[in-house]
Amino acid sequence: MTIDQSLDTVDMMLNMGPQHPSTHGVFRMVLTVDGENIVDVQPHIGYLHRGSEKLCEAEDYRQIVDLFDRLDYVSSFNNELPYVMAVEKLMGLEVPERAQYIRLIMCELNRIASHLLFYGAFGADCGAVTPFLYGFREREQMQSLFESVSGARMMHGYFRVGGVFRDLPDDFNQRLDSLLPMLEKGITECEALLSKNELFLERTLGVGVIDAETAIDFGVTGPNLRASGSTYDLRKDDPYLMYPDFDFNVPIGASGDCFDRYMVRMEEMWESLKIVKQAVARMPDGPIMAKTPRTLRPPKGDVYVRTENPRGEMGVYLVSDGKDKPHRIKMRTPSFCNLVALRHMLIGSYVADAVVILGSIDIVLGDVDR
Amino acid sequence: MPPKGKKGPPPPPPDPRALATLELLKAAFPESEPVLNLNQVEMTIAPNDSERICRIAKEDPRLRFDLLGCQSLVEYDEAFQTVYHLYSTSLKHSAVFKADAPRDNPVFQSVTPVWRAAEWFERENAELFGVVYTGHPDPRPLLLWEGFEGYPGRKEYPFAEIQIPDDIKVPQ
Repeated sequence: MTIDQSLDTVDMMLNMGPQHPSTHGVFRMVLTVDGENIVDVQPHIGYLHRGSEKLCEAEDYRQIVDLFDRLDYVSSFNNELPYVMAVEKLMGLEVPERAQYIRLIMCELNRIASHLLFYGAFGADCGAVTPFLYGFREREQMQSLFESVSGARMMHGYFRVGGVFRDLPDDFNQRLDSLLPMLEKGITECEALLSKNELFLERTLGVGVIDAETAIDFGVTGPNLRASGSTYDLRKDDPYLMYPDFDFNVPIGASGDCFDRYMVRMEEMWESLKIVKQAVARMPDGPIMAKTPRTLRPPKGDVYVRTENPRGEMGVYLVSDGKDKPHRIKMRTPSFCNLVALRHMLIGSYVADAVVILGSIDIVLGDVDR
Repeated sequence: MPPKGKKGPPPPPPDPRALATLELLKAAFPESEPVLNLNQVEMTIAPNDSERICRIAKEDPRLRFDLLGCQSLVEYDEAFQTVYHLYSTSLKHSAVFKADAPRDNPVFQSVTPVWRAAEWFERENAELFGVVYTGHPDPRPLLLWEGFEGYPGRKEYPFAEIQIPDDIKVPQ
């Protein structure tokens, strides 16, 4: 059989999303494929654009906390933190120590819950259904703990400028004592299910590689950056709350592929557990709110505060003109910045890996579109 | 809590690390005047020269600002201001660059050739505020649908304005 060499080949356009189970929300990408290889990709975002930054300009400083909940809706505590810290920094407020401990504990527990969601979704992206159930089993227990603390399973609205909304419930320590062993057992089972699974390794090892220097150039932060070998973690490098007092490690990866991005998150859960245990043992008694004026009017000025969100660096740029509503709030959300690097990771890889690579970046579309 | 009528809280004591960064910036950019604001080093740069300045900030071995943390756009009465929050992952210091462009000609130089992180920041700022970043490799709108009119980030844009694309039928 002879092949007619004069026939032309054309690249094929392949649309993925916005309604697609593996896009983690309403994300659309238009892939240009040459056979099995991706030669170009155009990401389209904005389907969930609510104009949160503009909405902030119409709310007063206490109401805005709830808008931050709705950015990255699986790690709400971590989103509220940089906002309240920005207002406190501008106003020069001293937050009581107990409130800071409560914030730290809730943020670290939230990090575990968020990574468990990643675990479930990433397993599903790789073609396995069971991890989804495993990940959600422990996460559900954490959500009910969050509910007992803040009053809501999600969209907690728990942090206030100057402290937290209310003190921990009386049975918090008992609940945590039963939750932590359950989490340890659950995470061990999760790792046993996936981390050494031959099929999982085949799907993730060497896929979607990005090196640390390129990742930083793209503004990639958080576990995605640390998977490439950088140790950049704001809890160590630009410390806030009481992180310098705690003993924990920063897990890093070696090659920056999908497997490393997965593994860094699994290791991070163990480190967060370590931090929570230390914090609960040391938690002081005392007030949970600083004394704040009835109407918050931060002095004229601007401030940028960044914290380590489960997905990377979450920053808030707050400009105040001295009134009771902010002049401008810029939300620097980690998913938005991490997604810029998607095109770089996808070009040259196989079309079958597109979903795995997107899943390994761990985006939340509320965080991307704002 | 400051008593009513006062300007605000007293400024925090100067941070030695910020002071060191201030000296480095003065040495690298003798023509400009960096200042300290809440222990954050700030420097005003020219909107039509930002690419050159940012490239020096990234590549100078004393500065090495390799991470563009955030690029915001703020609308003031007299000007549009692009604010660059720069960080060095190796030297662990930070700086803020601010560029002002007049309202009637809001044109900035793009820094996407320096940090690729700026690509989506600039596309978002351009479509929401109607400013221009010259030299941007892909200046299409990012978040809003094609054909959206007006600049919803600006103060003058009404809050309750709803725009519906022509090809979408709204059930009555």
